[in-house]
Amino acid sequence: MVIDWGWIAGHLDDIVAALWQHIVLVGIPLATGFAISLGLGIWAVRRPRVYGPITAVTGVLYTIPSLAAFALLVPVFGFSMLVAFIPLTTYTLLILFRNIVAGFQSVPSEVLEAADAMGYRQRDRLLRVEIPLAVPLMMAGLRLAAVTLIGLATVVSILGSGYGGLGQLITDGLQTFFPTKYVLGGVLSVALAVVVDLLFVRTERRLTPWAGARATGAVPA
Amino acid sequence: MTAHAATQRAATVEFEHVTKVYGPGAAVTGAPAAVDNLSLSVPAGRICVLVGPSGCGKTTTLKMVNRLIEPTSGRVLLDGVDAATRDVTELRRGIGYVIQHAGLFPHQTIAENVATVPRLLGWPSARMTARTGELLAMVGLDPVTYAGRYPAQLSGGERQRVGVARALAADPPVLLMDEPFGAVDPIVRERLQDELLRLQEQLAKTILFVTHDIDEAIKMGDLVAVLGAGGHLEQFGPPAAILASPANDFVARFVGTDRGLRRLSLLSVGELPLAPVATCHVGDDGPSLRQLVPEGDFAYVLVLDGDDRPIGWIHRDRQTDGVVTPDDIESDSPLLDRRTTLKEALSLLIDASVQTGIVVEETGAVSGRIGIADITARMQGADRSADRSADRSADRSEDRSGAGPAGDAEP
Repeated sequence: MVIDWGWIAGHLDDIVAALWQHIVLVGIPLATGFAISLGLGIWAVRRPRVYGPITAVTGVLYTIPSLAAFALLVPVFGFSMLVAFIPLTTYTLLILFRNIVAGFQSVPSEVLEAADAMGYRQRDRLLRVEIPLAVPLMMAGLRLAAVTLIGLATVVSILGSGYGGLGQLITDGLQTFFPTKYVLGGVLSVALAVVVDLLFVRTERRLTPWAGARATGAVPA
Repeated sequence: MTAHAATQRAATVEFEHVTKVYGPGAAVTGAPAAVDNLSLSVPAGRICVLVGPSGCGKTTTLKMVNRLIEPTSGRVLLDGVDAATRDVTELRRGIGYVIQHAGLFPHQTIAENVATVPRLLGWPSARMTARTGELLAMVGLDPVTYAGRYPAQLSGGERQRVGVARALAADPPVLLMDEPFGAVDPIVRERLQDELLRLQEQLAKTILFVTHDIDEAIKMGDLVAVLGAGGHLEQFGPPAAILASPANDFVARFVGTDRGLRRLSLLSVGELPLAPVATCHVGDDGPSLRQLVPEGDFAYVLVLDGDDRPIGWIHRDRQTDGVVTPDDIESDSPLLDRRTTLKEALSLLIDASVQTGIVVEETGAVSGRIGIADITARMQGADRSADRSADRSADRSEDRSGAGPAGDAEP
């Protein structure tokens, strides 16, 4: 197996475009999925009896094979990005919803009681107390969902050359027996997953300076 | 600004036939305590302790003041205004709240935690910063050291202090404290109790304080409300009255068989008539001691050092010639100050195996002596009368009739 460095040098534009497309394929469903899950999560925390049904529905969505999802959606939406975005979004829901709810549940009850007693209105309590304290578990969900999507998005190349991102490099490479392309597609997918994961870790640290405080400076009375 | 000025003074808190019955739907909250037709009135600026066994509804009662729990029937009045008629958010911002584990916001610094209510009220940031510093200093935490820390970096006792500072931030007229010192060790708890009492001397807030610990109730309360099973008010009054004459068997059992001893913790050495002490210095003429103390009474003279500090006792007849030297001292006594409680004083005397303690002023000057019998006389007084002043005169006559140190008593 020989890597054709000359081909890579000559096709940098195409490679960057594929990488960017992959990022879009992951980023939009992840953001959409997070927004939906956050809404569902807040609902489930306020009304615990909806938790079970939401988990069941998102669980079923999670089990639909991606190829089957594409097959079902193409007749409705034609060959468009939407066909890629919809299943990729629904795949994130189970992971994100469960982590967001776990995040809200991790907020100590005495903290919520204190917030109410201090005179936080419900919306302020959510934005300034509950969501900030749920960040560590939300981030854990986002990392898992992002890495899963980066892998899953390579399958989108089945829809045609316009949508595939890094998956397109892999499919093309395999079909034309050109190792440089599929190895590059694979390596870039893995690299993207690692970089995105690290970015989330750093973001989490920035958002939760208080979480790191625990280990460092405990001072006796 | 106006809201702040308006809330400066303390407010009265009145419960009028307040009942809380948890419906079947509320079973998810655990084992809910009901409050049964509670009527009590807390004057402005006083500490009222709600005490009782678990399940007696004391926390429910407390939470009905800031409407974390709404009464099923009856009214809670703050300064005569029905809490139910006020906007709940505004009501809560005007009531300080301290809970067992402090309930600090873990993601906010100590300064941000303390400034919670001022921030919600929209104070300018310069004023918030100034107030935060002032409050941290007030609860004994150095603002420079602590303002930027997170709650996880503090000990339990420090977190509790921050909790108190946060509750006081907007200078609310009423403070609710739900077992505020229940989660810290006994030594820290005692220090926090003392500090709260010291703060209260300046602040004079109306404080409702929940505890299950009768000793804490007696120590902290100007008034104590003993609640029994089913949220029934068994007795309400000053701690001395409750110890002296429990209203029923439940209260008697709850305050315990050692309530005479508990009562001693309500009185301090300064409240007793002190017996005079004759003093001499090292180097004084020995035989002259006889002139200092008459025969038959407590026949000891207190020897002082060059700085007028007590060293010990010497019997008036010991020295027939020569001068008083430290070697002549026969026994020693613990030093007490006027604020020492009688309970502490008794325990110090028993620990030192002596009959008499020396009472000194803050300057170190000797102001008198107190005997074990003087103290135990106050315990027996517990069953007679609730009224402190009545007790005092009764005990004084007892002293005259010879309940004090007997003739040739030893120190």
